[in-house]
Amino acid sequence: MIRTISSLAFFLILLASWEAASRSGLWSPVLLPSPLNVLEYMRQATLDGTLWTATLVTMKRLLMGYGIGLLVGVPLGLLTARFRVLQDTLGLLALGIQTLPSVCWVPLALLWFGQTEAAMLFVVVMGTLWSVLIATSDGVRSMPPIYLRAARTMGSKGLHTWFNVILPASLPFLIGGMKQGWAFAWRSLMAAEIFVTILSGFGLGQLLQYGRELLAMDQVVAVMVIIVVIGLLADRILFSPWERFFHKRWGTGAMN
Amino acid sequence: MSLEHELANTAPERIEANQVSKSFTTERGRVLALDNVSIKVAEGEFLCLVGPSGCGKSTLLNLIAGLDQPDQGHILANGQNITGPGRDRMVMFQEHALFPWLDVMGNVLFGLRLKPGLNSKERHEVAKYYLHLVGLENSEHANIHELSGGMKQRVALARALAPNPRVLLMDEPFAALDALTREHLYGDMQRIWEARRKTIIFVTHNVREAACLGDRVLLFSPNPGRIRAEFRIELARPRDINSVELARYSMEITTALKGFTSTQGKEASE
Repeated sequence: MIRTISSLAFFLILLASWEAASRSGLWSPVLLPSPLNVLEYMRQATLDGTLWTATLVTMKRLLMGYGIGLLVGVPLGLLTARFRVLQDTLGLLALGIQTLPSVCWVPLALLWFGQTEAAMLFVVVMGTLWSVLIATSDGVRSMPPIYLRAARTMGSKGLHTWFNVILPASLPFLIGGMKQGWAFAWRSLMAAEIFVTILSGFGLGQLLQYGRELLAMDQVVAVMVIIVVIGLLADRILFSPWERFFHKRWGTGAMN
Repeated sequence: MSLEHELANTAPERIEANQVSKSFTTERGRVLALDNVSIKVAEGEFLCLVGPSGCGKSTLLNLIAGLDQPDQGHILANGQNITGPGRDRMVMFQEHALFPWLDVMGNVLFGLRLKPGLNSKERHEVAKYYLHLVGLENSEHANIHELSGGMKQRVALARALAPNPRVLLMDEPFAALDALTREHLYGDMQRIWEARRKTIIFVTHNVREAACLGDRVLLFSPNPGRIRAEFRIELARPRDINSVELARYSMEITTALKGFTSTQGKEASE
């Protein structure tokens, strides 16, 4: 209860200071719109459907790319951990590519795929794939070998061992990798959408960019707020339940 | 397969090791962990393997478990060559090796789920039976990290017993526990062995523990790992770890142990 109140109070003070700053007249309202302007834009854009469409376009790209990244990254990570030759080749490549900010894939994607959905998808997949691959591989390789021995004595082998021992044992690492992959994918998608206009769909990034071109600061700030909210929701919906589960099971996370 | 049938005692197995050798390559070169070792364990016998660390007693246990293969010699269960792990031989490790992503019940069910012929309800009944047997009937849904060291080993024991093996292989299962918890477990171990009649091979470096639990105690010496002496413990059960008769046995075994460890400059067993 006290935590909720302090959170609420903090954000109310923040909003109030913002409102006060915009009313003070020190800055042009073009550069510093009031929170009420931003809210008004949100209301209108929601009513005329702009905001919904943009959010849907962006989320579709993100979720599809992220899903593909997971579907490819997790099995590759498992294989990389299992076979030394893959660890010395693919694992090394992943480690190298992962140091590349995923925004850097945008020019390449545009040259390869043109201004298409495929380019967007590619950027998101590249943002996700390598983090997930590395995290999965690290998770498997840091598993205590005694789990495998115990499982073998109970008759577990092959796929059963992968699904019932190795994957769950790597869960804490895996969630970390999935979060990182999500963050990379989300950032690179926004960058890509701001860079390029794709006629098949206007995402949040494009909406943000048009806000700049129209000098509509209320739109810019509103879209930024929406992007933040989506990030928070994703964390709450996609990752928090898993994190709570393994903190409870493993007995970790004393500071929560 | 009916529940009564599943919970009925299986016939314990006879284990034999014939002239088994096993070596490992370590950073300090090649170590002969077992040098031409032969043992016979009768059906339903409680055999303790005692010796200082590095004497090959755990190696022998792993070979019987089928987790490793001998370089030379054969390991037989009821006359059949052991080629890999099997549900007839379950293992209890020193570090409990419980799975932290499963609760207590989930851990006990792990081996049962791999055993054909039981439906979900029966598996739960079997798991409950063994949790009750080890005294943890109220901790079914506890997480592993919430348990004390002694409780963890009880869960590990229930997990090993649940698939109803014919042999139980125990690798220093109580070594990491405090003395009071251990004494409690000695009593429980004897009660459970009476109830479930398994062949048990129990590795320990604690002489008193071996004398308390075993029908027979085999003494190992390291470099290379060999069997040096054999003691038959002729005491009625249940045995009390603090009894005078038991102390006499453990004195005798300790003396023998010191006899061949002092010459090699190894630390004596406790």
